Amino acid sequence: MSILVDRGTRVIVQGLTGATGQFHAKACRAYGTQVVGGVTPGKGGTDFEGFPIFDTVEQAVKETGANCSLIFVPPPFAADAIMEAADAGMPLAICITEGVPTLDMVRCMQFLKGRTTRLVGPNCPGLITPGQAKIGIMPGYIHTPGTVGVVSRSGTLTYEAVHQLTQLGIGQSTCVGIGGDPIIGTGFIDVLRLYQDDAGTDGIILIGEIGGSAEEEAAAFIKQHVSKPVTVFIAGQTAPKGKRMGHAGAIIAGGAGTAADKMKAFEAAGARVVKSAAELGKAMAAALGR
Amino acid sequence: MNIHEFQAKEILERYGVPVLKRGVARTPEEAAAVAQKLGGTVVVKAQIHAGGRGKAGGVKVVPNPEKAAEFAKRLLGKPLVTHQTGPDGRIVRQVLLESGCEIARELYLGVVVDRATGKVGVIASPEGGVEIEEVAAKTPDRIFHETIDPTIGFAPYQGRRLAFRLGLPKELVNTAAAFFAAVTRAFQECDASMVEINPLVVTRSGELLALDAKVSLDDNALFRHADLRAYRDVHEEDPRETEAAKYDLSYIALSGDIGCMVNGAGLAMATMDIVKHAGGEPANFLDVGGGADQKKVAEAFRILLSDASVKAIFINVFGGILRCDVFAEGVVAAAKEVGLSVPLVVRMEGTNVERGKEILKASGLAIESAGDMAEGATLAVAAAKRGSR
Repeated sequence: MSILVDRGTRVIVQGLTGATGQFHAKACRAYGTQVVGGVTPGKGGTDFEGFPIFDTVEQAVKETGANCSLIFVPPPFAADAIMEAADAGMPLAICITEGVPTLDMVRCMQFLKGRTTRLVGPNCPGLITPGQAKIGIMPGYIHTPGTVGVVSRSGTLTYEAVHQLTQLGIGQSTCVGIGGDPIIGTGFIDVLRLYQDDAGTDGIILIGEIGGSAEEEAAAFIKQHVSKPVTVFIAGQTAPKGKRMGHAGAIIAGGAGTAADKMKAFEAAGARVVKSAAELGKAMAAALGR
Repeated sequence: MNIHEFQAKEILERYGVPVLKRGVARTPEEAAAVAQKLGGTVVVKAQIHAGGRGKAGGVKVVPNPEKAAEFAKRLLGKPLVTHQTGPDGRIVRQVLLESGCEIARELYLGVVVDRATGKVGVIASPEGGVEIEEVAAKTPDRIFHETIDPTIGFAPYQGRRLAFRLGLPKELVNTAAAFFAAVTRAFQECDASMVEINPLVVTRSGELLALDAKVSLDDNALFRHADLRAYRDVHEEDPRETEAAKYDLSYIALSGDIGCMVNGAGLAMATMDIVKHAGGEPANFLDVGGGADQKKVAEAFRILLSDASVKAIFINVFGGILRCDVFAEGVVAAAKEVGLSVPLVVRMEGTNVERGKEILKASGLAIESAGDMAEGATLAVAAAKRGSR
């Protein structure tokens, strides 16, 4: 069992013909993911390394029956690419692109309201259900099929946690990188709800960061709705205070955002909080009684 | 990107936000000339990218051009230390001179991106001229919020509602609403990440003015604002941070002696955390990013080595987009070119890790290899201790 993606997921890659897009489209295909085509405006009708290329997402969906789009479009055009995927009725859009202007995402999120597309990202590593589908930029080989869900705001720190689990012989159900930007599609709570309802997930690792209040909200949700064991790490415990000129951001976040506040919130919610990222795997193993 | 107050006011003025008559001076003579032109009492304000300038002695009301020059002379070319600058302060390279005004009331106005709603939010408070954090902590009911609809923009009724909540007299309500709308327009059209007007003053003659202004711009959107890119002041940045930014690296100088190079902000923070847990002090935060190429890695390495306080380097890389072989080649190239003068601890995992390890091994460089990040941190802390003896 898994959440969001599995071996039935049919993926198109927006921006497949770019350097990063092609590297990862091939890596996803090599992992066993059904990558059914790519979208590059102006290159429609061509074949690129065995991938059929389409001019628009709409065409690609019609021709291939894709139900997921993986987006590698450069930052200035990334929000537009997400909106194109949503307009084509794509159930799942995963935006890897880093550096999307924040106000583009504000408009994009408004566009997504009332539409059926679930967005993951931007600025995220994507999703993987080990042994079934890798739809993102994570190194596939560190993963192993199993029952721990890993959800994180950070890409490489997710790999770190997964690697530790695999070394301990603990597999993963589905790993979701939700992205580190201020404005993202799917958040911690969405993923926690899916894990809680997934029969194939027995335990959850959640990796947060300083800033914002998403972790505090996730902690409140865990307290109310999550019965599975949750292990938490918050990055940035020793980070110096930001060099911001103003404080308006901290105000709107309700004065929250420090690692200490977040860790306290998770502890109060009954989660197991580790101080060092190197302890994530072991703590999860202990929580599962292994 | 942060910009100076005088630049923020230039932007706001362009959008119709009322600001005082003013001029910028880089020498005492220029300050006298600007004061002369403005006439009468003027306010001289040090221009640095940090708040708390008033309390630190960087702002003064002066009666004439001579006094303006005198105060400018005292500020220019010298560091100003505020609670936001750190102990070294920031060198004042220019001063802003403004006409005086008679203040009746001081208000607060802020515009920011609200992560929780995914929209732009406007915050206003009748408690202006003080730290808004304090207001939020002590009297949160004195802070008013409005959320901007991304398709409609800031609506006139929202401006009126804020104005009434701030307790402004009814004859000022429409003026205030127009003021708020202009600020939100500037925010949206310039791709700002924060605009803060503190204080927004009501003068005795019933005018509204942005007496102080802070604007931060979204770095990710600067590609479409050539005019705003010109506002960048490299003097306000750590030279290593500037060098790093050239290569699209995220670098923040810290006070320790262990140079850290990591890919990904989360792992970079976690690496700093683990170095501290192991009893060491990171010299920096350095995220080479996801799409780093060999050249970028080499530059990052060079920047680390240019920091004289670095006694050991800890590289912690988990390859995803960034392949370990590419990374290793960058490290080897840079170490050979610059010369590896301090111990180097490398922990590498992820895409093409075996190739990466081979490249490091074949290089003949003295590299301590760590099996995991905890071991890496321990090795780096020990190496730094050896180095500082």
